Amino acid sequence: METYLSLIVGLYFAASVYLLLSESLIRMLIGVALMGNGVNLLIFTAGRITRDVPPIIAKGAASAQVMGDGAIANPLPQALILTAIVISFALLAFVLVLAYRAYETTGTDDTAEMRLSEPIEPAHLPKGY
Amino acid sequence: MIGYAVLTPFIAALFAPVLVRLFGHWAAWILALVPAFICYRLVDYIPAIAKGERVLESHAWLDGFGINYSFLVDGLSLTFAFLIAGIGFFIVLYSGGYLKGHKHLGRFLATLLAFMGSMLGLVLADNLITLFVFWEATSITSFLLIGFDHERMASRRSALQALIITGLGGLVMLAGFALMGIIGGTFELSELFTKSDVIKGNELYTAVFWLVMAGAFTKSAQVPFHSWLANAMEAPTPVSAYLHSATMVKAGVYLIMRTTPILGGTDLWETVLPIVGGATLIIGTILAVRDTDMKLMLAYTTVASLGLLVMMLGVGSDRAIEGAVLYLIAHSFFKGALFMVVGTVDHEAGTRQITKLGGLRSAMPITALAAGLAALSMCGLPPFLGFLAKESIYHALSHGGVFEWSLAITAIIGNALMFGVAASIAIRPFMGRWIDPPKSVHEGSLMLVLGPVVLSLIGLVSALSLSFMQPHFFAPMISAVAGREVPIDLHLWGGVNTALVLSVITVGLGVAVFIMMPSLRKSFDQLLTFIGWGPDKGFDQAITGLTWFAGRFTNALQTGEIRTYMRTTFLITALALLVPMFVLNIWPQAPEFPKMRPWEIGVFLFLTLGVLQVVLARTRLTAIVSIGVQGIAVALTFMMFGAPDLSFTQFMVETLSVVILALVLTRLRLMRIDRRSVGAGIIDGSIALGVGVGMASLLMLVTQGPLDLRLSEFFSTHSYAIAHGRNIVNVILVDFRALDTLGEITVVLIAGVSALALIRVRPSGDSTPGAKDLIQSDPSTKEASS
Amino acid sequence: MNTLILRTIAPTLTSLMVIYSIIVLLSGHNQPGGGFIGGLIAASAFALYGIACGVGPVRRALYFHPIAISGFGMLLAGLSGVVSFYKDVPYLTGLWWFPKFSGGIEVPLSTPLFFDIGVWLVVVGSLVSIALALEEKD
Repeated sequence: METYLSLIVGLYFAASVYLLLSESLIRMLIGVALMGNGVNLLIFTAGRITRDVPPIIAKGAASAQVMGDGAIANPLPQALILTAIVISFALLAFVLVLAYRAYETTGTDDTAEMRLSEPIEPAHLPKGY
Repeated sequence: MIGYAVLTPFIAALFAPVLVRLFGHWAAWILALVPAFICYRLVDYIPAIAKGERVLESHAWLDGFGINYSFLVDGLSLTFAFLIAGIGFFIVLYSGGYLKGHKHLGRFLATLLAFMGSMLGLVLADNLITLFVFWEATSITSFLLIGFDHERMASRRSALQALIITGLGGLVMLAGFALMGIIGGTFELSELFTKSDVIKGNELYTAVFWLVMAGAFTKSAQVPFHSWLANAMEAPTPVSAYLHSATMVKAGVYLIMRTTPILGGTDLWETVLPIVGGATLIIGTILAVRDTDMKLMLAYTTVASLGLLVMMLGVGSDRAIEGAVLYLIAHSFFKGALFMVVGTVDHEAGTRQITKLGGLRSAMPITALAAGLAALSMCGLPPFLGFLAKESIYHALSHGGVFEWSLAITAIIGNALMFGVAASIAIRPFMGRWIDPPKSVHEGSLMLVLGPVVLSLIGLVSALSLSFMQPHFFAPMISAVAGREVPIDLHLWGGVNTALVLSVITVGLGVAVFIMMPSLRKSFDQLLTFIGWGPDKGFDQAITGLTWFAGRFTNALQTGEIRTYMRTTFLITALALLVPMFVLNIWPQAPEFPKMRPWEIGVFLFLTLGVLQVVLARTRLTAIVSIGVQGIAVALTFMMFGAPDLSFTQFMVETLSVVILALVLTRLRLMRIDRRSVGAGIIDGSIALGVGVGMASLLMLVTQGPLDLRLSEFFSTHSYAIAHGRNIVNVILVDFRALDTLGEITVVLIAGVSALALIRVRPSGDSTPGAKDLIQSDPSTKEASS
Repeated sequence: MNTLILRTIAPTLTSLMVIYSIIVLLSGHNQPGGGFIGGLIAASAFALYGIACGVGPVRRALYFHPIAISGFGMLLAGLSGVVSFYKDVPYLTGLWWFPKFSGGIEVPLSTPLFFDIGVWLVVVGSLVSIALALEEKD
């Protein structure tokens, strides 16, 4: 099962990088959103795939096993991903707002035209001390 | 105890500005108590040191690395500490008088005290790393002192030059210390003294020598690093008087003295040091004679004196060390006094150009007296300490082969030129015809004259009270430098011998130099103008070149096009993923394709199609919907493979994402077509493909390898037993790794606050100008509206 | 999205979702759920309410500013770790009490519970504040 997911993760990365390399701000934002999912799936797959059994200790049992018969899914990557999902969402929201404000201020969503902080003429070198 | 004494100046520095605010320049009297107190504490050590003992004190700092806050009091460090604290006492008072009413007097005194503390720590440190820390602290505090008058560019330049030269030297020295510590197996100087043979025998000895000497030569302004010392004259005179008499510039000499028992005595040592020192002596004196600014004249003679000291330490015989030690002490007193004299003249008369001053003795009799006494010591005339020093130097140099004799001739020339300079400074401004100075002259205040008078008198008294000074200061210090007990026998009158004859020759030449001073000055000036290039100019060229290079480099890297940045980043990502696999020839094994359940096939198809649809979307609605589709497919994937928590979270996040995306994207236009050219599309596509293939291969490699499940095992076993929770994921989040979660919710909160601020905070009037208006308007409005 | 149906059912739907989110939050220690998921559910609920009925009613319903709620959550989560100091254990160590009330009902209380409630508040507050600010801008 890891093989399929590895291929899908590869697809996610290829797609998001392609979008991030665009000069259109919105495509870049979508690329950010995709990459978040790609990374989450990457961590998930790297922690190995177990079908169906959630990492929950059964009623009556005192502990659970992550290896051998009756193993539960690996809880560690899940804990990592759970916060990662929320944080990448918060980041996405922030970046969306940032892009929106940048669009409002510069009147364009083409990154090649957003040159306020790095103007085309190179910065002056300091003279003296 | 000594470790705390070293810290007192730093503590006093904290209170200096407050005290100055309360008491004005009288605060200097209070702050001068600090060095006085340190001297008082140091007195306790004199009996033990006189007996040839060595006092160690150590506080653990970074224990595991052999780095301790440790101190070593012996003849060398004790005498140095006395010089630093003793002269420091008078300098603090002098500063109070010199900068009376200056608005930054508090800041000045604070920096001065911090410098004093750094210097004390430097000379008293036993651990090499402690020494290095204090060494760099002197670089930083001296930077602040030299650049005190920071509104002038010349000051800033000098300060920066001093910092760069001495700071770089210090870093190189640190490398030397590290090597020395590794070879010797300890960072404690007191233990390294016994490891001398190990270090000298090591094949890396040459490297250690050059690295450590780089620190010493830069700090002690040896040729070609001498330019910072003269430029440091931009500082207020109290700084010059302190830094260039007993402290900063002597730190390099101190380091050479300290390492003599460890690194000294080799051919390398006995060749390099005399040559560098001799060259510095001659160049320093030539530059001193050339100048007419008395402060600069003194500064260049300081360079020359440092050269003489390095030269003598390079010779390394017992008498040579004796000469160096005596000269160092004598120099600290007469140079400190003369700098303060020049400062007082400058302060009272308004100029320090030697050609514009004359006949001041009637107006400033006490200052004139101090100048005279100090100059006599500098000229090396009996019965002053300078005379004793010079006798020892000549004695050491006149008993040897051709090399020693050539050094002796160098010393005679250097000393004769210094004689001329000293005589000029003591005689020209005070004697002869009265020349009207720019200000009406009167004697300096008590704070201004106390230092010069006392210091110049010490130069006389210490030579006369030889029976006390020799066993208590000179002998222990000489023994400490030599690293063993050295019998010494000093006399003011040792009968007629070679050394005395050389002294007489020096005095004769010196008088001639004094008389011929104006013509000498002219010819030296012509010579130097003819050469036209010096390290000082070189420094400017180096800095200009560096700025030019940095500017070009930055402009080349920072094109301002985000696409270039992104392409570089991801290209390197792809290479970092793929190149190791090619080079090491590690590839994933032929993958297995296990049988999938029908719904798994369905979900994976959804995933693939969703992602592809996102990339190919032409309208924003399609894009939003496709994002939703792939997100829900991800959620289903989590659900199928035992992660219900993730699945729920993903569902909710996708819902909210779509809402927020819709809210933002309705306000932005999505270009119907991706405006990439075919070429750009191919480049981007290749990079994207590279990253994708790299990630997929990496992940296959990882999943085909073994998995360390110890952590998961721990959580699964203890989740219910310790943390009373059956949902292991939740227990990890809120209990086992709660601190991580605390950090993560902080990120969420910060993202929320920042987004809110971006939306809500607007420039007044809520007029949002377009890009063209902004680019045309001036930078200040640009700042305000963006 | 000014549709009548949505506007009619939104208040009810929102309150149901918030109640459900609290259940998810509290049961999270033993079943799937917890502060993050619960917070997201509640945040979606308020976002939905905002879309349906406008921002004003949501702000009134919340009473506090969403960022203030978020900040309070942060404080609660941080403080729940401080209890550890009184027991001489490292910061944020989970501590449990099982007080018994009349009628034999045992209510397990723990610092991780309060921590999780803090997480819930932070997530709700931050996300709602972003969503409302975006919805408001028209």
